[in-house]
This record gives sequence, structure tokens and C-alpha cells, in this order.
Amino acid sequence: MATLTFPQDDRYNAFITMLDKAETGPGKLSGIGIAIKDNISTRGIQTTCASRILEGYLPPYDAHVVKLVKKAGSGIVGKTNMDEFGMGTTTENSAFGPTKNPADTSRVPGGSSGGSAAAVASGMVRMALGTDTGGSIRCPAAFCGIVGHKPTYGRVSRYGLIAYANSLEQIGPMARTVSDISLLMEVLTGYDPSDSTSVNCPYAHIPDPDIRGLKIGVPEEYFGEGVNPRVASVVWDGISLLERKGADIITCRMPSMAYALAAYYVTCTSEASSNLARFDGVRYGPPADTRQTWHESFQERRRDGFGTEVKRRIMLGTFALSSGYYGKYYAKAQAARQQVRNDFLRLFREVDVIAGPTMPTVAFRIGEKTDPLSMYLSDILTVPANLAGIPAISVPCGTSEGLPVGLQIMGPHFRDERVIDVAYAFEQGVSR
Amino acid sequence: MTGTADTAGQESRVTDFSDDEVIIGLEIHCQLDTLTKLFCGCSTDYRDDGPNTHVCPICLGLPGSLPRVNRKAIEYALRVAKALNCTIVEESEFARKNYFYPDLNKGFQITQYDRPLAVKGYLDIEGDDGEKRVRITRVHVEEDPGRLVHKGGADRAKYTLVDYNRAGIPLIEIVTEPDIRSPKEARKFLNKLRATLEYLGVFDSEKEGSLRVDANISIQPRGWFDREGKGKADRGRAEVKNISSYKGVEKALTFEVTRQKNALRRGQRLGTETRHFVETRGVTTSSRSKEMEQEYRYFPEPDLRPLRVCAWADEIVLPELPDARKVRFMQNYAFSSTHAATVTGDWKVAEFYDNLPIDLRTQAATATWVADTLLGELNYRDMSISSVPSDHFCHILIDLKEGNITEKSGVEVLRHILDQIKDTGSCESPKNYIEREGLKVISLKGTVEAQSGVTGLLTDDNPIVIAVKEVIAEQTQAVADFAAGKKEAFNFLVGQVMKKTRGRAKPADVNQVLSGILGKEG
Repeated sequence: MATLTFPQDDRYNAFITMLDKAETGPGKLSGIGIAIKDNISTRGIQTTCASRILEGYLPPYDAHVVKLVKKAGSGIVGKTNMDEFGMGTTTENSAFGPTKNPADTSRVPGGSSGGSAAAVASGMVRMALGTDTGGSIRCPAAFCGIVGHKPTYGRVSRYGLIAYANSLEQIGPMARTVSDISLLMEVLTGYDPSDSTSVNCPYAHIPDPDIRGLKIGVPEEYFGEGVNPRVASVVWDGISLLERKGADIITCRMPSMAYALAAYYVTCTSEASSNLARFDGVRYGPPADTRQTWHESFQERRRDGFGTEVKRRIMLGTFALSSGYYGKYYAKAQAARQQVRNDFLRLFREVDVIAGPTMPTVAFRIGEKTDPLSMYLSDILTVPANLAGIPAISVPCGTSEGLPVGLQIMGPHFRDERVIDVAYAFEQGVSR
Repeated sequence: MTGTADTAGQESRVTDFSDDEVIIGLEIHCQLDTLTKLFCGCSTDYRDDGPNTHVCPICLGLPGSLPRVNRKAIEYALRVAKALNCTIVEESEFARKNYFYPDLNKGFQITQYDRPLAVKGYLDIEGDDGEKRVRITRVHVEEDPGRLVHKGGADRAKYTLVDYNRAGIPLIEIVTEPDIRSPKEARKFLNKLRATLEYLGVFDSEKEGSLRVDANISIQPRGWFDREGKGKADRGRAEVKNISSYKGVEKALTFEVTRQKNALRRGQRLGTETRHFVETRGVTTSSRSKEMEQEYRYFPEPDLRPLRVCAWADEIVLPELPDARKVRFMQNYAFSSTHAATVTGDWKVAEFYDNLPIDLRTQAATATWVADTLLGELNYRDMSISSVPSDHFCHILIDLKEGNITEKSGVEVLRHILDQIKDTGSCESPKNYIEREGLKVISLKGTVEAQSGVTGLLTDDNPIVIAVKEVIAEQTQAVADFAAGKKEAFNFLVGQVMKKTRGRAKPADVNQVLSGILGKEG
């Protein structure tokens, strides 16, 4: 048993809530301070999703993963900054101000788990929990130069994760080394009856860097239009390193990439429009003005409580689910999603993992992405894994313009171990 | 001239309804009587407890909480679906119905939409014109929302309180085809449905708010419903929402028939309208249509897996249902068809009957006593059969059977104990009451050789003899009439004696004594 105390100097605005100390106990994570993304419920610790509408909300219960990390002996350091409800790629859409990238404070850390990434990259914590709906763990891991893993859908319980897009998102580990990712995976995975989408598939694995004979597929689309050539070049160097370690590199195609982004944004905004309906001022946030009708009061609370990007996505999703448009948008998105799944299934009959860049560019400058559509486009390489529910990791693979670049490895369902092994082989290869 | 609205749909008056028919379809919401809620472990037994005491992160819809399906609720729903002869859908799923309302904790209700649990069933009922099959469109499972409380009444309350104890209670929604043809038939359907649900052990109709009905009703030319291209000739319909009692359904629909007929007589076009039943006034009122135009944005619930329950449904064995029990009661006990229908039409009553001692329940008199007397007295007092102590009731039946009390006294005893139970929750034993009130039959046995008819042997202290003598002394005119040959006068005198003995004497004994004494005097 030990009491951890933390410095309160949060120069990157990585935290929304910082605790000054935490109790740790025996277990796999004994003595380790861990940061938790602020959309994961922590009993008695403010949980805001970086939204005004949840300011002051103290959950009366711990998320399943919070119970697990506590049980494993770690101490919770605080709750990290994020894009409001996970909606963003920069951690600028936070009611508590943007987080800065420790690698270059004029840049964004990526998002939406930017606070967790910055806390890990800056050394404030050894590991953190993030959540990944369309790349929200992998993007900030790539931009900040750390490792981040999105587990197979169902492998980590979502109980207590404040939902943005239920069918896409997973909680996952963020750390500076693949070994720590693996360690945290051991703690986070396993069946949880309180999450009906939970799968009984615990992770008990020690990373193995031997990748001789492994077939690595590289889809052309991952180096297509919109991918910065210098980033592409750094990633190709990384893939060559894997080849030198004995893997076979096979180029392939993923035609469904053409629909992936649209399918993703229709699905996530639709689910979000429903998930966020509960924030009406009756139960959370500042009390509603009862002199109005309930209808007026709901409108006022939601108008004032949500940020611009959240409102934009709620409106998009509401539209996509409306009768007369459902077939054209939501249903069609599910069909496209099935095509993405089928593409992966087909590819994984021929290759063991798929590799490519995590992000098409390096970290943006703070304030650079003013047009939402261009921000959405930057998710193109991460969303396919969420649409298919497959595991995907981002591991640092060098720099471009002095900024970190991430190599993304994706694997078949429930082969998180294999993906982690490849990332480990790469990490070991680089450090040697 | 009938059914003129049929012709090209112009607005014409309907003056004669003899060739029209009332078309009714029902949507019934029943609370499934599970111990815990549909998606969490909270107890459903909230009615006697304070507000928001049966809640948890799940049924409060707290951020991050996830539903998990209560197997028992699905099993109960499958029982219902099977009893209603439905086809269980191979893969059904939950869906979100999105709308804003303060009692809706998540901003959506988890229900079922285009893939319900079960479809295409039927329930046979005793309809207006004999046996009738009402088709069931679908059966699905959903969660109940919370409840709004307006302290001091909806109009005067300065604020509204929300109670989420009810949130997450499992509901089953049963939708019928528009096969019902009168408000009375709707009531009969609901009674049969209620009985069926109670036989299945999945529903308690006595719990407040356990049943809510939406009813679709229209008046159309006979045969319209089965006609092709009926859309054009549709005279419009009303959907009456949220009727919360069995009586209310019949009342609301009866009101609607009158209202719609009047409108058609005036040549008004009805259109499609949502109306509310105001129970206290017995009328339906139009809901502001703007509020009711809902866009629910249904989509599959991403937090729950689809349900594949066909194999499970096959394993479920249904208990004896009302129709089978009715046949058994007629065959094994001495029941008439009507009495059997009455007693088996309510599960609790049927159970009460089945639990009477064997020598009592096989008697015709017992069947009549339960079906007519007991249920009549309970109904009069608005009491449930479950408050009747079976042993006391049996005591009355045995005393009746053995001739210790008369039928009239039996009713008096029953009324007395029911009144006591209603007032105080408990009652004295029938034996006590019979003794205290001296209700034991006054018998001629032992005081007279009854069979001999020799009245001279009657002792003067026999209460019947005393009563007869008193009546003869008082009713001189009737005695004279009898003497003059008026037979009716005799019956009148018997009645007077019965009254004097407070029904304790058997009419045969009174007859005998009266005729003996009058004959002697005459």
C-alpha cells in the first residue's frame, strides 16, 4: 500500500480534474498512477465528458474498467481532457480549453483522448485510459508519439463509459511502451455481464517480437490521396523495418474505404443524437428554469450546455434517423459498414495483420482545423477498424517535420495479441 | 340510404347506421409481474414505497450505464406469445424510441419496433355473436418510463416531481387487428386477455397502473374493412390514448361511437385524430394534434444483442388456460356453462374454487354460491376474492349443506364477514356470528313427529309455533280470506311467519305448522 502524490502542474491542460493523491494497492498495476479519460465514470469524482452540461456531475458508481484498474493496485491521478463527448480529432472542442501537444505546444495533441495522450507523453503518468470511437485513442497516440491500442469490440466492458457511439467505441490503454499496453490489456479485458456486448475473451499475453513469416497487408488506400507524402514515407520506412525483421509485405486493396468515412459519420452521429438526449437539465448540470414549459427548458439547457460540434453532430444524427431519411442514411451506412467488415474478413484470409499510417498528417496547429469537414476527413485511416470492430494499435514510428508519426497495425477480431506483438517487434526494432 | 361516405368520399350525411359497423383495434400495455425490472436488478415492488427508492444507475439512465435483459421478463413475454398462438420471431431485437419528456430518463425508450418478439396470433373470445377469433398482430416487450407527480393536481401545481420507481418496469405490448366490433366486445376481449395473463402467472391486474390501453375506433360501412381500396372510402378514425381501466375502455369506446355517429350525421369528416379519455367525466377530448405528431427516430438498440429465442420458446410449457379450465369445471364439478365461464374467467376466483374441499366443490350448490352469491357480494363491495378467508367461506357452505342455516341466513353471514373484512381487515368466525345472532335453523325435529302431521303434539314453546300463532292473531283479515278459500292468503301468511323468524325457519316446516293450526281452527 502506498499513497501517491502528484504535482499539480498541468502545463498542457491535460486534465479536467486532478487529484492530489491516490491510494494504491497490491496487484499488476501496484504503485502506478493512471489517468482516466473524463468520459469514463468514476465514483465521487467529477465526470464531465468535457461538457458544460455535465459540469459538477459526480457519478454514484465506478465504470467497470475503473473498478478493474483500482483492483489491480493503480491509483487514479485524475480525469483527462478530451473533445466534448469524444466528438473531435484535436481536443480543442472542450469546455475546459484545449490540451497542448507536449511535443510542440503550438500543436494539438489529437483527439479525442488528447488529455490522456498528453499526460502520458509528458511523463505526468505512466499510463492512461482512452476511448476510441473512430480513432480517438490512436490519433492522439500518433500525434503525441506514444502507443495507443483500440481493443476488439466487446473485449473491454463499456459499462460506465458515457456513450457517444455505442456500436463503435471501446475503452483502451495508452502508454509509452508496448509492454505497458500489454500489461494494461491484461487488467482491462474479460467478460462483464453488465455489458451485453461484452465477450468472454481475457487477454493473458506476453508480447513476442518474433514476426518471421508474418504476412502484413498494406492497402493502397492507406497511402492514397490526402495522405501527406512525408508521413507516408516515414510509415513506409517503418513497414520496411518489419520486413527486415522477417515479415512478408503484401500490398492489397480495400475498396470499401470509399464509403467508410460516410458510414462512420452517419452511424456515430445517429447514435450520439440518441445517447445525448438524456442531457435535458432534469437530472444533471445546472437546474432548469421551472418557470418555463418543460419543452422550452429542455431547449434552453441543451442550447447553452452543448458545444458547437456536439450540436452539429446531434442535428446530423437526428436528421439521419428521421423517417423518410432513415433508409437513405442510417440503413445505407449499416450496409456500407458491412462492406468494410467484409473487406477486412477477405483481407484477413490472406494476411495476418494490416499496416498503414494512423493519421494522414502530423499534428495540426491549434486553431488550424476550422472547417469541420476537413477535420472529419483526417479520420479516414482510423474509422475502418471501428466500423469492423477489429483491434488496432498505433505505435510511434519516427517523425516528420520534427513531429511524431504513428504506424497503425490492425488485426482480425480477438487477435489483439497479434497486433500487440507486431507493435512490440517494431518498437524493439527501432530501439535497437 | 346507407354508407354514403363510401361513394367517392364526398362529405355526405349518414342518416342510417343499420348497415354500418364499429371497427375497433386495441393496443394493450401490461406490466409483467417480474420481481426485478427489465434491464436492471431493482425491485418492481415499489407501490408502497417513497419516490425514487427503487432506482439504480441503469433504470435512472445515468450516463455510462448499460441495460441487460431480464431473462424472466422475456420468458414471461414468450408465455404470453405462446398463449396467444403467436409465431415467435426467429431473431427479434430491441430498438430505441426517441422522444423528449421529463419522465423519460434517457431521452429514449427501449422497445421493439420492426422486429418484435412475436407476430400473428389470435385469442378466441365469447363475442357479441357467439364464439369469435380476434387476431393478434404482434407482441413485444418494452420498458415503462417514470412517472410525473403534480403536487396538488396538474392545474394548480407550481412544479412537477419525477418518480423513476416505475422506470424500467417490464411491459408487454399486445396489438390486435381491428377485429373487434363493439365496445362491449372490447371489454370481453380485455377480460379474456386479463384472465389468460393471470393464468400464465405473468400479470397482476390488481396492481395500480398495471394495464393501459390505446384503442382505435371508427364506424364504417359493413364489409368496408375487408374491401380492396378502402382507403378512399375511409370515414376516419380516432385513437383514444392511455385508458387505464377495463371499465374505462368500454366507457371511452361507447362515448366515441356516439360522438362519431353524431359527427357523421352532421356530415362531418372525421379524419384521423388522437383523443384522450377523461375518466372522471367519461368523455374523450381531442389532443392538440401538434404535440402528438411524433417523430420517434427508431433504430436498433446498439447496447443489446438481438434475441434468438425460438428454441427456448419451444421448451416453455404453458399452464392450463381459461378455456381448458372451463371445460374441466363443467366436467368434474357440477358447473353450468355460464357459471363455469364466470368462475374460470378470473384466475384468482378459479384458484379459490379449485382449492375448496373436494366434497364442496363438486356440489352444484357451491358452484352457484361462488358464481352468483360470493362474486355478487364482492363486486358490490368492490372487493377481491383474495380477501375472502376460504375456511370461513367453507363453514358457511357446510352449514348450508347440512341444513344448519337457511340460504337467507347464509347470505347474511357472508355479508357480515365481508363488511367486517372491508372495514377492519379481519372478521369473526361465521360460527360466532351464527350463534350470537341465533341464525341456526329452527327445527321441528325433536319437538314434534314432523312426519306424522299431528300438530297437536307440537309444544307451545317451539319458536315456529309461537310465530305462527302470533301471525294468526295479527293477520285476522288474511286468516279470514284463507278460510273463505283464498289460497294466496296462505302464502302471505307463510311469508309473515318467515319474516317473524328472520328466515331461520324452513318454509316446509312453516307450511306444515301453519296448515296444521289453520286446519284445526278451520
